[in-house]
Amino acid sequence: MDTELILMQLFSGVALGAILVITALGLSIIFGMLGVVNFAHGALFMVGAYAGLWVASLTGSFWWGLLVAPIMIGVFGMAIEYVLIRPLYGRSIDDPLLLTFGLSYVLVEGVRIVFGSDGIPFPTPSSLTGVVDLGVGFFPIYRIFVVGVVFLVVVLLWLGLEKTKFGLIVRAGARDPTMMKVLGVDISKVWLLVFGLGVGLASLGGVLSGPMRSVNPEMGALVLAEAFVVTVIGGLGSLVGSIIAGLLVGVVISMTALFAPEMATIVMFALMAIVLLIRPQGLFGKLA
Amino acid sequence: MTSPALTVSPSASARKPARFKSLVTKYRVPLSILALCLLPWLLPSKALAVNVLIYGTVAVGYNLLFGYTGLLSFGHAAFVGTGAYITGIAIGQFGVPWYLAVLMGVIGGALLAFVMGALSTRTRGIYFSMVTLALAQLVYYVALQTPSWTGGENGLRGFTVNKINLFGFEINFLDPVNKYYVLMVFAALALWLVSRILNSPFGAAIEAIRENERRARTCGYNVERTKLLSFTLSGTICALGGTMSALHLAFVPLDSLHYLSSGMIVMMTLLGGASSFFGPFIGALVFLVMEDVFSLWTSHWQIIVGSIFVLFVLFLPKGIWGTFLTRVMR
Repeated sequence: MDTELILMQLFSGVALGAILVITALGLSIIFGMLGVVNFAHGALFMVGAYAGLWVASLTGSFWWGLLVAPIMIGVFGMAIEYVLIRPLYGRSIDDPLLLTFGLSYVLVEGVRIVFGSDGIPFPTPSSLTGVVDLGVGFFPIYRIFVVGVVFLVVVLLWLGLEKTKFGLIVRAGARDPTMMKVLGVDISKVWLLVFGLGVGLASLGGVLSGPMRSVNPEMGALVLAEAFVVTVIGGLGSLVGSIIAGLLVGVVISMTALFAPEMATIVMFALMAIVLLIRPQGLFGKLA
Repeated sequence: MTSPALTVSPSASARKPARFKSLVTKYRVPLSILALCLLPWLLPSKALAVNVLIYGTVAVGYNLLFGYTGLLSFGHAAFVGTGAYITGIAIGQFGVPWYLAVLMGVIGGALLAFVMGALSTRTRGIYFSMVTLALAQLVYYVALQTPSWTGGENGLRGFTVNKINLFGFEINFLDPVNKYYVLMVFAALALWLVSRILNSPFGAAIEAIRENERRARTCGYNVERTKLLSFTLSGTICALGGTMSALHLAFVPLDSLHYLSSGMIVMMTLLGGASSFFGPFIGALVFLVMEDVFSLWTSHWQIIVGSIFVLFVLFLPKGIWGTFLTRVMR
């Protein structure tokens, strides 16, 4: 096995991992702040991919799809938080989870009604097709682009959380929401925005992954399982954990695909089982 | 949250609804068997009745963990599917008699539940749901990648059970009424077992863990071992439901292992009412009747069922039977 092939596959893994990172980040931010595990995250990823495809075909440009769809679905996510999840705060921690699971049913079937049950190809934008020689081998430009976008989003997210006043409120709210209320911060508005942000990240992941896999109503199911595996490995609520675990899982999947393709998906779950045995709280999680 | 088993207090027993409730609780197994005997004659089709029987058994087994121990698992399809696959493989590829195949399916499901339980009960709270979902998806992908055993994406076929020999009598298993009453014996067995578990000191222990894990630990209960045992028992009963479905359909779809099937079990349990004995069975009945009715109108019946479920979580979290018990029977 030559090193070039291994390097190629390693890079594919990073691109795959980048999508996992952005999806798991959305899940993790929502959980860290609201204490809600969003079971509709995979479905919203899928809805995001369809929205991106729809906007792209409407405007004739992939770039509008990439820009508009996450905002659109993010606002939709805010509506979900406002109407459906808000009444459940203060009830059992399982209730939002059950509700979002039911919601994912509705979303998947809704997309089937609007766009049909069959998969739709998502064309790679013409400016990003082809490969580029990086010295060690030829890499698809689109995958490099995906890694770049995710890197940019992660940096922006980090700056937003660490350097702005809103980020300070978000971090403080995650630690002690009651104290924030006492200090006169309308925490429900922060929750609304954070939920929208998390859903927006999921749908950005959906649009980005569109040209890498085809788009179909069932795609969210695997994405949800993948996002769970990543957050369990990284530690729920830990952003650094999501990033490192996402890249790790992506690389492990594509390296396994090189040697034993039929084991590729299975190995991800096995990795999670091992982490659970050694560190039940995840690599970067704190003990409850 | 009071369960029917705990509602007998001297002052309350004088009131009529309370007496009704304690009578229903006392005779819950004979009552449910009576209801099961009548069921096929009340529903539009016998096939629907068999489905209610199967998923009712699965939901009752699931509820041991969800309703009574308070652990929300999203992985119970793994046990249903494993029970079904092992039964199908044993009959189709090894020619094992059907009753041994059922036993093997139940034992296989129990072993898997023990392993998955040992891993997932290490985690707490919300993690538990995510880990059970992910481990069950692992089982799904293993089944998908071993088509020589499981038939892969096409599901498992080729193990039809036509006749059943019972104490010298030969029963035609293709007749839906015969099939119903044979499978009803298994369902009744599961109901009796769950009732027996709930009446035992162990049943009190799992409810203590649901109400307050820390207090249960302080009282000296081994919380980890109790959770694991509850998980295993619950998975075992679900596996029994799986073997019943394999006998019924003579086919095991790959989707029976998918987490959406686990979600369906959760939905049934919640619709009927978790933490009540009859709730899950009623939930399975209502869910399957809804599916039957709505799928006549539209192929997109899932959007209706999903919406109804969302409304239940919002407004009737105790489910149909649970709400009936708390509102009407007070």
